[in-house]
Amino acid sequence: MNIVVCVKQVPDTSDPDTEVHIDGTGRGVDQSKFSFVINDADNYAVEEAILLKEKHGGEVTVVNIGGEAANQVIRMALAKGGDGAVRLDDESFVYSDVVATARLLKSAIKDLGCDLVLTGCMASDDGYGAVGIALAQMLEVPHAAYVKTVEVVDDKKLKVGRELEGGLLEMNEIEMPCLLAIQTGGNEPRYASFKGIREASKKEIKVMDLAATGLSADEVGESGSVAVMTQYSVPEVGDLAEMIEGDPAETSAKLANILKEKGLV
Amino acid sequence: MNFDLTEEQRVFRQMVREFAEREIAPTVEALDEKGEFPYEAQTKMAELGLFGLPIDEEYGGSGADLVTYAIGVEEVSRASASLGITMAAHTSLGCMPIHFYGSEEQKQNWLVPMAQGEKLGAFGLTESEAGSDAGGTKTSAILKNGEWVINGTKCFITNSGTDITLLVTITAVTGSIGGKKEVSNIIVPAGAPGFTVAPPYRKMGWHSSDTHELAFSDCRVPESNLLGGRGDGFKQFLKVLDCGRIGVAALSVGMAQACLDESVKYAKQRVQFGHPIGKNQAISFKCADMLVDVELARMATLKAACMADAGVNYSREASIAKLFASEAAMRAASEAVQIHGGYGYIEDYPVCRIFRDSKILEIGEGTSEVQRIVLSRSLGL
Ligand SMILES: Cc1cc2nc3c(=O)[nH]c(=O)nc-3n(C[C@H](O)[C@H](O)[C@H](O)COP(=O)(O)OP(=O)(O)OC[C@H]3O[C@@H](n4cnc5c(N)ncnc54)[C@H](O)[C@@H]3O)c2cc1C
Repeated sequence: MNIVVCVKQVPDTSDPDTEVHIDGTGRGVDQSKFSFVINDADNYAVEEAILLKEKHGGEVTVVNIGGEAANQVIRMALAKGGDGAVRLDDESFVYSDVVATARLLKSAIKDLGCDLVLTGCMASDDGYGAVGIALAQMLEVPHAAYVKTVEVVDDKKLKVGRELEGGLLEMNEIEMPCLLAIQTGGNEPRYASFKGIREASKKEIKVMDLAATGLSADEVGESGSVAVMTQYSVPEVGDLAEMIEGDPAETSAKLANILKEKGLV
Repeated sequence: MNFDLTEEQRVFRQMVREFAEREIAPTVEALDEKGEFPYEAQTKMAELGLFGLPIDEEYGGSGADLVTYAIGVEEVSRASASLGITMAAHTSLGCMPIHFYGSEEQKQNWLVPMAQGEKLGAFGLTESEAGSDAGGTKTSAILKNGEWVINGTKCFITNSGTDITLLVTITAVTGSIGGKKEVSNIIVPAGAPGFTVAPPYRKMGWHSSDTHELAFSDCRVPESNLLGGRGDGFKQFLKVLDCGRIGVAALSVGMAQACLDESVKYAKQRVQFGHPIGKNQAISFKCADMLVDVELARMATLKAACMADAGVNYSREASIAKLFASEAAMRAASEAVQIHGGYGYIEDYPVCRIFRDSKILEIGEGTSEVQRIVLSRSLGL
C-alpha cells in the first residue's frame, strides 16, 4: 500500500504563555520568536501512515508546502519511517487559501500512484480544517474526516472510525484510493530514534517550484484563491463583565439581586 | 566560522526536546520525591539510541558526534538533572573507558550491551581519602593465579547499583614502579564475588540518580579484566574525565536553561504592587544575566565538543566549559529561587528541585577549584 502523508509546519503554541503579535503587514503574525513544529494532527497522520506501512508494506511519501525551514518537520517524518518527500516551495505559493493549497498538493500527489492520502484534520495555526476534503475533491477520491482508527479490510477497502461528539466512533467502509483526514489521539506518535534521524538525512526531499507543478501563476497563491485573507485583528476586550467584590455574604446578596433584576430567576 | 547546528543536529534536538517535555517532565517530581530510579524513561531513551550516542555503531552505539551528545544531555537535563547525569555518567564514565581502551573482546562483552542502553556502566575513581587528589587511591588489586584480588572502597559512584548495572571500572593500585604507585583500571562486573554495593546515599539532590559506596573484599575478577595497559590508570582516566566534563557542562546548560524558562514565566505572571514582578528592573536584569550565562555556557560546551569531534586537544576547553557552565547553573538556580520568592522554596515549583540539583555540578568530575588549578597550570602558573 503506497501512502502519501501531507504535513504542515506550524508555530509551536503548545505553551499557553505563547504570545502572538500581528506583524506590520497586518496579514501575518510576527514569527521571530516562535519555534516551529509539525502540526499536531499531521503528527498522528504520519504515525498512522507508518503503522500501515509496517503492517502492510509499501512506501510512505511525505508532502509539504513550505520553505527550506520546513525540512526539519519533513526530516522528522522521514526519520520515523517515511521513504521520500516532496516539498512545494515557490514565492508565488504564499497566501494560498484552502483551494489553492489543495491544488498545489494535488500537483505533487497526482503522479505518485498512491492508494491512500492522509492529512491532519485541521491545522493549528489557521484552523481551516478543509484542505484534506478539498484535496479529495480535486483528486476525485472518496474521503473521511476526523478519522481516529484505520483498518485494512482487503486490497481495495478500509474500515475507518470517525470521531463524533461525545467520543462516539462512526465506523465506515471506504474504497481505495481515498483520502483520510486524521484526528488527534487515535494512535501514539512515536519518537524518531537517532539512527532514524541519521538515515533520514540521506533520503531525498524533492523540491517543486511553480514550473515543476505544471500550474500557472493564477492558480496558486492569492490569485489562485477563492477566499483572500485581508487582515488579522485582535478582538477588542469588552467591558461587559462586572466583578462583584466583598465577602461571601455580600457577594451572594449582590449576585442574587442582579439575577432577580434581569429576570433570570 | 559557523555557529549553526547541522540539520541532523537540529532535528535531533527537536526530538529529544519533545521526548523530554512529554515523557520525562511529567514523571520527574514523583520520582524525585520517592528517590526512585527512572527505569521507564531510561528504557525508552535506550530505544531512541540516547544511551550510547557517541559510541560506534559496530559496538551497539549510535555513532553520533559529541556535539549531538551534548545537545542530548542538555535537553534531557532541562527536564531532569537526575536523568541527565544518569545518561552522562553512563556514557562518559561507563562506556567511554572501554570504548577508548578496551580490547575487542572487552568491547563485545561489555560495551555492546551498555551502548545499546540495556545495561548501565559506572566508573569508580573517588575514595574516602582520594577525592580531588586521585593520587591518594588506596584500593589495591593484586594479581594471583590469573585473577585480580581487589581490596578497598570507592565512594559516591554513580549508576553503580541499579537493577541493570553491568559493571564498574575502578582505578586500583596494582603495584609500584620506582617507589611510585602503579595505578591501573580494572573492570569489575556487578555481582563479582567479594564486591558489595552499600545502600544508596541520602543526597541533597539528584534524588533519582543512583549513587553508592562500593566495597571490595578479596573481590576476584579474571586477569583479562585489566583495561588497556597495566599502569596506564592515571593517563586513561584523565582522558575519560575530559569527555566527562563535556557531559557535566551540557547537563549544567540544560539546568540553567530550565531556570531561565521558569524565571521568565514566573516574572510575567506574579503580580505584586499592581504589576508583574518582571516589570521591576531588579527582576528583569536577573533574567537578562541568566540569559547571558546560558548562552555563554552553551557556546563553551559546544565548542569543547566540536573540538573533540575535530580530533584536536580539547582538555582546556572542556575544563573551561565545565567550570563556567556549572557555576552559571548554580547562579541561575539561586536567582531563579529568588525570583520565585517563598514559592521557590517549596517543592511544588521545579526551581526548588533544580536548586538542590545544582550544587553538585560544581563538585563532581573535578571541583571548581580543581578546574581552576588545571586552567592555571595551562597558563604556566
Ligand atoms: C552525587 C555524586 C556523584 C558522584 N559520582 C562519581 C562517580 O561516578 N565516580 C567517581 O569516581 N566519583 C564520583 N563522585 C565523586 C566526586 O567526583 C568527588 O566528590 C569530587 O571529585 C571531590 O572530591 P571530594 O568529595 O573528596 O572533595 P575533596 O577533594 O576533599 O575537596 C574538598 C574541598 O577542597 C577543595 N580542594 C581540594 N584540593 C584542593 C587544592 N589543591 N586546592 C584548592 N582546593 C582544593 C575542593 O575543591 C573542595 O572544595 C560523585 C560525587 C557525588 C556527590
